[in-house]
Amino acid sequence: MKARVVALCVVLMGGVVGLQALHEHRGGPPASTSTNLLYVRSPEAMRRLALSYDALLADTYWIRAVQHFGETRRSTESTNRYDLLFPLLDLTVSLDPYFNVPYQFGAIFLAEEPPGGPGRPDLAIALLEKGLKAQPEKWEFAQAIGFVHYWSRQDYPEAAAWFAKAARFPNAPNWMAPLAATTLAVGGSRESSRQLWRQVAESEDAGDWFRREAGRRLQQLDAMDQIDQLQRAVSSYAARTGRQASGWGELNQAGYLRGNPVDPTGVPYRIDAGVVGLDRQSRLNPLPTAGVKIGLPQ
Amino acid sequence: MRTIRHVAVNVFKECVRDKVLYNLVAFASLLIAVSYLLGQLTAGQDVKIVKDLGLAAIAIFGLLISVFIGIGLVWKEVERRSIYGLLSKPIRRSEFIIGKYAGLALTLFVNVAVMTVVFYAVLAYLNTQFPEVVRTAWPAPATDPGMLRAIVLIFVELLLVTAIALFFSTFSSPFLSAALTCGLWVIGHFNADLRNFEAVVESRPAALLARGLYYILPNFAAFDIKNQVVHALPVPAGYVVTTALYGCVYIALLITGAVAIFSRRDFK
Repeated sequence: MKARVVALCVVLMGGVVGLQALHEHRGGPPASTSTNLLYVRSPEAMRRLALSYDALLADTYWIRAVQHFGETRRSTESTNRYDLLFPLLDLTVSLDPYFNVPYQFGAIFLAEEPPGGPGRPDLAIALLEKGLKAQPEKWEFAQAIGFVHYWSRQDYPEAAAWFAKAARFPNAPNWMAPLAATTLAVGGSRESSRQLWRQVAESEDAGDWFRREAGRRLQQLDAMDQIDQLQRAVSSYAARTGRQASGWGELNQAGYLRGNPVDPTGVPYRIDAGVVGLDRQSRLNPLPTAGVKIGLPQ
Repeated sequence: MRTIRHVAVNVFKECVRDKVLYNLVAFASLLIAVSYLLGQLTAGQDVKIVKDLGLAAIAIFGLLISVFIGIGLVWKEVERRSIYGLLSKPIRRSEFIIGKYAGLALTLFVNVAVMTVVFYAVLAYLNTQFPEVVRTAWPAPATDPGMLRAIVLIFVELLLVTAIALFFSTFSSPFLSAALTCGLWVIGHFNADLRNFEAVVESRPAALLARGLYYILPNFAAFDIKNQVVHALPVPAGYVVTTALYGCVYIALLITGAVAIFSRRDFK
């Protein structure tokens, strides 16, 4: 009797698994038209609905924000870009104002131009100002606002003003005041950009993904320096021979290079009609627009 | 005192027989599964989220036990007619009520204690999964003993919910008792709104009524310091002691009320 029951259970479980596999094979339920929905957008209403579980709800919204960002970044659709990112981050920090990572995340990715982000520095600043209101002692938020002005708006005087403001916080690090001065003096130069990202990469307070992003930006800056050098070699070769090099081999033979150059991630550089650039496979793509974002020496 | 202890131990044994402690397995499984899966979803916020989830789960599991066992403490005895046999013995009605309450309080204590141990064990494991440079960026260590302050207040909150459930169960049906207990628990989280009611209404009597309710109804929001301990924000010991004292006085009031009502009940 017992063996029969066990056998029946095994058969039924096999049926369930088989039908689920069939369901998966057929592509699941018909496509829905409404995938990106946020039923409650009001942080105040959500805080009340959460009762004493606001932190747990904040975590849920944080996970949703990360998923939404990752999903949208990987998506190839041109519509519906990052439209929930700000509301999700805003709900997260409204429910848990001391949850610092969403502010930093928003500072970088809300401001980033499409396709890497929604290109909304105003929302990034709004989120950070909300953070400063909740935690007025956090110099990191003032620094991040300066950061957004620096990178996304290229408003170097405003960026320097925010860095100077951050430097006046009682617990601000001692490199903040020189950073403000450098930004004011040579804002937009590649070297000041490098200094900015290096501070982030070495910051103990930054999250792991934030440090990784800073590392990638530093690699982009290195790649831009290398591309400049390679471009000079390619131009010099063209001037001497009267024709563009078709590949790195010609430049090697002519003694301009020793080996095929690779970017900081190990992917070979591409040379196309005399113009040097990153290979499509490189994860450093897209490089910030030269001369606008990072301020190439003119 | 001995009678109370006997009743309490019997309630605890009954809870164990009713497999109430199985929730501990659910709690442990939930935390372990979540801590394993979260790494892929949270962009490095695993420890913070496991802390939030662990504290919330201790409160929710405890709340379910408090409400659904609390409402049946007296009702079950009446329904099964075992109350006649009990009250014919040398046992006072007050001892019966206090013993029932103490038994469920003991069950809750064991539950919360075991959940706390599992919670810290999972956090200790997570702590080993991160390098030193990441750990120094956390506002508090993974196994921060400061979180015990929140757990103490969660426990006092659960004792208060149990007292409310027991109070209602002395004179109403389980369904009504559950509804009233849950209703009070929800209202207790909106206590601050009652205090500020005069800012949104013009009627003076309505404002005074709201202010009166603010003082009378249990202030459950006061017991919630989960977020503060997770972010290592200062929570003065005085606050924890005062809030726990508030809970104890309220519990004494409810137990007194429950004893008074139960003493007047006619079981003929």
